[in-house]
Amino acid sequence: MPDGRHEPEQAIAGTSMGGTMDLGVDEAETLEQRPDGAGGPGPEGKPRSLWSDAWRDLRRNPVFIISALVILFLVFISLWPSAITSGSPLKCDLSKAQQGSQSGHPFGFDGQGCDVYTRTVYGARTSVAVGVLATLGVAVLGSVLGALAGFFGGVGDSVLSRITDVFFAIPVVLGGLVLLSVITSNTVWPVIGFIVLLGWPQLSRIARGSVITAKQNDYVQAARALGASNSRLVLRHIAPNAIAPVIVVATIALGTYIALEATLSYLGVGLKPPSVSWGIDISAASPYIRNAPHALLWPSGALAITVLAFIMLGDAVRDALDPKLR
Amino acid sequence: MGRYVVRRLLQMIPVFIGATLLIFLMVNVMGDPIAGLCGERQCDPATAARLEQEFGLDKPVWQQYLTYMGNVFTGDFGTAFNGQEVTELMATAFPVTIRLTLIAILFEIVIGVTLGVVTGLRRGRPVDTGVLLLTLVVISVPTFVTGLLLQLLLGVKWGWIRPSVSSEAPFDELILPGLVLASVSLAYVTRLTRTSIAENRRSDYVRTAVAKGLPRHRVVVRHLLRNSLIPVVTFIGADIGFLMGGAIVTERIFNIHGVGYQLYQGILRQNTQTVVGFVTVLVLVFLVANLIVDLLYAVLDPRIRYA
Repeated sequence: MPDGRHEPEQAIAGTSMGGTMDLGVDEAETLEQRPDGAGGPGPEGKPRSLWSDAWRDLRRNPVFIISALVILFLVFISLWPSAITSGSPLKCDLSKAQQGSQSGHPFGFDGQGCDVYTRTVYGARTSVAVGVLATLGVAVLGSVLGALAGFFGGVGDSVLSRITDVFFAIPVVLGGLVLLSVITSNTVWPVIGFIVLLGWPQLSRIARGSVITAKQNDYVQAARALGASNSRLVLRHIAPNAIAPVIVVATIALGTYIALEATLSYLGVGLKPPSVSWGIDISAASPYIRNAPHALLWPSGALAITVLAFIMLGDAVRDALDPKLR
Repeated sequence: MGRYVVRRLLQMIPVFIGATLLIFLMVNVMGDPIAGLCGERQCDPATAARLEQEFGLDKPVWQQYLTYMGNVFTGDFGTAFNGQEVTELMATAFPVTIRLTLIAILFEIVIGVTLGVVTGLRRGRPVDTGVLLLTLVVISVPTFVTGLLLQLLLGVKWGWIRPSVSSEAPFDELILPGLVLASVSLAYVTRLTRTSIAENRRSDYVRTAVAKGLPRHRVVVRHLLRNSLIPVVTFIGADIGFLMGGAIVTERIFNIHGVGYQLYQGILRQNTQTVVGFVTVLVLVFLVANLIVDLLYAVLDPRIRYA
């Protein structure tokens, strides 16, 4: 495949999920070129692995520390929202509708008279749950299929590549509208299922490329010559050296999945009231944008910071794992 | 070149069939195409059966798909259930969305490439760091949030623009929606151009051009930029399909009656023919745009020749 043919597929991979992936695609090509332990002997004289080297870099990177703290805080409030709120997100008082900030209610009230602060805090749970579970699903499904296709090649590989082509040709938001508009269940599961369904081709492509590069390494050939079984080759020799790009892309994708859930909820097909989600709150607040802009701004801000934190974390991890870019 | 184009066209066929079949199945299997016809009430069984027969819905799905595709290739996209031809809806909706997409792509090229060149040439300086941070923020804020905030600020608070677009949607009213639609891609174009410029800046041909004594802007535009644009062109080409599909959100915020609006209405009213028809065209646009991009490579990079 000449260079020119390789590029567009990567760019497509980037655009179909909200366009994030070109932050990650170059990993597939550059990361594995770095032999394990290329960091050389550390100051203690012990050889450093790619991972401990990356961890050393990350600990000193302020971007990583800040985004990791933000994410820890988000995980905390999604597990124990009552730790920093007292009311219920569903307890609303119409007589207070659209009122601004007042004592005990720092963010004011939305169009239904619900406390915006409480709803914003409780909204984190949906976003974190969708982001984490969807990413897990996509990462497992995508990397297993991609790794199998990359390792075995042949007909299965060609079929998988054509299937991913098909998925990339369908606009994501559009697919979400079509699939989710007929589902009446009001839990996070349909949204997660949909994201996994449309998200796995992106990761399978990354994993496939990564495995193909890794399996050509000498140590894999050596292990094969020594009679290692296929499963041992994949699990012990290829996977540890091919997984870095997958992790980076998955971290960045987590942020975009959170944005996607909010977008679908905003369009009215993701989660629906009485679920609590930033997308629902933003959608509900947009008609009152003149009188009560605060009801729109707080959940929007929370959403933006959350997505930003995950994307910056992915960026920092990528930089740490791929020193060539510096 | 000719053989390459033919091969690519042949490769497009399975992707086209797969994508349209997938959407067709989603719409037909997941939804109940009849449900939208009787308004809010449930259809009574006799009417439902009659309607199913009328629209050929009693046949197996693959047969429906074949009939539908057969009709599409003779230019018949069917009739929306309100009696309007789907092609008629397309004739009003596509020009609007194409205008919107054009504006978005113009923003990507003008602002994105300029920022990319500026930052790529000044890597590590405050300008570079600032723009890079800004692109991260733009990427992170979902389009619908950007759109609503800009609408609030420019349309409602400051009154610079009309918050919603009239049904004719002339170019000048589409400037802000176009910018919103472009925002995320704009950030990517900036980052891509920056990386590409910074990489090529150290290459031999740039050193040669500088050593020849060429003026700086000529080195940058003719030598550096032309060679750095290849990944950017790829991205923008693939983006055309993404922008037209992603216009659903932007069109909803600014009340633009384009493709996204028709699709949204079609999906809400479970209007199978509209949805499948529009998606089919969008998939075609996406595939053709990608083909054109691949052919553009040969123009931009003389090293690439297609046999």
